[in-house]
Amino acid sequence: MNDSSSIKSADSSIIDISNLCLTFETQTEPVHALSDINMKVNSGDFVSLIGPSGCGKTTLLRVIADLEKPTSGTISVEGKSPNQARLDRSYGYVFQTPALLPWRNIEANIHLPLEMSGYSKDEQKSLSNQYLSLVGLSGFEKKYPWQLSGGMQQRVSIARALSFDPDMLLMDEPFGALDEITRDRLNEELLRLWEKTQKTVVFVTHSIPEAVFLSNKIVVMSARPGKIIDVIETNFPKDRTFDIRESPEFLEVSQLVREGLKEGHSDGS
Amino acid sequence: MEASRVLNSLISGTVGPVMILVSIIIMIWYAGAVYLNSSFLIDRYEKNNIEWTFSQLASDSWSMERPVLPSPHQIAKELKKTIWDKKITSPRSLVFHSRVTLSSAMVGFVMGTFLGIVLSIGIVYVSALDRTLMPWIIASQTIPILAIAPMIVVVLGSMGVIGLIPKAIISTYLCFFPVVVGMVKGLRSPNIILVDLMRSYSGSKTQVFWKLRLPASLPYLFASLKVAIALSVVGAIVAELPAGAQGGLGARLLSGSYYGQTSLIWAALITASVISATLVSIVGRMERVVNNRMGLQI
Repeated sequence: MNDSSSIKSADSSIIDISNLCLTFETQTEPVHALSDINMKVNSGDFVSLIGPSGCGKTTLLRVIADLEKPTSGTISVEGKSPNQARLDRSYGYVFQTPALLPWRNIEANIHLPLEMSGYSKDEQKSLSNQYLSLVGLSGFEKKYPWQLSGGMQQRVSIARALSFDPDMLLMDEPFGALDEITRDRLNEELLRLWEKTQKTVVFVTHSIPEAVFLSNKIVVMSARPGKIIDVIETNFPKDRTFDIRESPEFLEVSQLVREGLKEGHSDGS
Repeated sequence: MEASRVLNSLISGTVGPVMILVSIIIMIWYAGAVYLNSSFLIDRYEKNNIEWTFSQLASDSWSMERPVLPSPHQIAKELKKTIWDKKITSPRSLVFHSRVTLSSAMVGFVMGTFLGIVLSIGIVYVSALDRTLMPWIIASQTIPILAIAPMIVVVLGSMGVIGLIPKAIISTYLCFFPVVVGMVKGLRSPNIILVDLMRSYSGSKTQVFWKLRLPASLPYLFASLKVAIALSVVGAIVAELPAGAQGGLGARLLSGSYYGQTSLIWAALITASVISATLVSIVGRMERVVNNRMGLQI
């Protein structure tokens, strides 16, 4: 069950959330989007937030990103307030849709955050080259977003989030709109990126295999009010491939997550 | 077989259909000229006890000195006379009058576009302006321009402002409205995810404006500019009506109606519409250039 002591020492924690609640005031009645959230994310973790729609997983991610303000409770990001962390450009955010500017070509889209943080033209150029090759899109610099497939666009969006070398990558169901084959490939690529860049990743998903495959820590949430049901840690090697999806350990963890989700569901209804 | 091929080549493409449409309009026009001018001619025939046939009536109604509706060839002759045969500095040249109208329309268009953009930025960024300004802007357009134009000309004239500026202001008055409406919509068009994206980069308001809102608004701006540039010509012509006949297509229209010279009026009207259409197509071409540069079209 939800138990913050099951999470490792607080020293290396990069995100620290305690007793956090968020209530949206609507015209009819207040909606309790998040209720008593306690969570720690350590530097270098790959944490998945999983739960049914409406369980507040996206809201939680947005609170970390300072795109949403909590109603009560405390949250620190890199030891600072989320607001300060955002101002310091501590994270790159990957949205459900690629969110590329249609009037900028791929290269210029990656330059966007770099321009805004005052990188020189040469630095912008070399960083966009570097990160486009990291996501396997070298040669697409001058293409426009509409000339790329959905999966390629989302890779550009990941390259853009990494380009200014933030400590964290916050990803909100980035592959939810993609077909299964593309999603699998991007999952593997993301794992390689995580291994290579040593970023801390917080990843929102509602796919159990995706969460189990990618994460070293799975936060299971339930809806109405959004709360944490369980935190499950996995111990797969960092250089894992899809083969592990056939392994007994993988199925075991998947089963744990599924049970957690079921439990949350029966609690909620 | 052959006939259907000819028909096909006529209705496909642009030239064919346009030619067909133009010839239909010209035919209706000639018929209309007979219809509208006939009562005067028939009166005259009867007074002078002249035997008349329909072909007599038609040819007379297409060659009257002061017809109710001049026929297309009479207007063409008037256009040739006043555009090609006169020196362009002559006050009887339509080129001269067009230049007068065009210059105030263009000054008005530039001022109106500028005013429209400034107001739209105010409306989008200052919530107080959003609530207070828009009703006034809409109210301003419910006043008939014909009613307000003479007042602007007279008031400004009494303040010593004469010539091009009062006319340009009336064009401005018409132009700014579509620009405000389009730009407010355009500046608000970026979806919430893009706004969040800029926020995640802790973008300043200025950065969000230049990098997101302004480029997103350009398609809306161009749609507005097409309306505005056509209105600027209307504004300039309306402004010339009360200004007295110092020049301009409006003055030309006025003198045409004083002296019952309908072909002169029609020549000025056709010139005005050709000018407007040309201006709109210039804006359209600019739009395509900008779209290409923004990668929005192949």
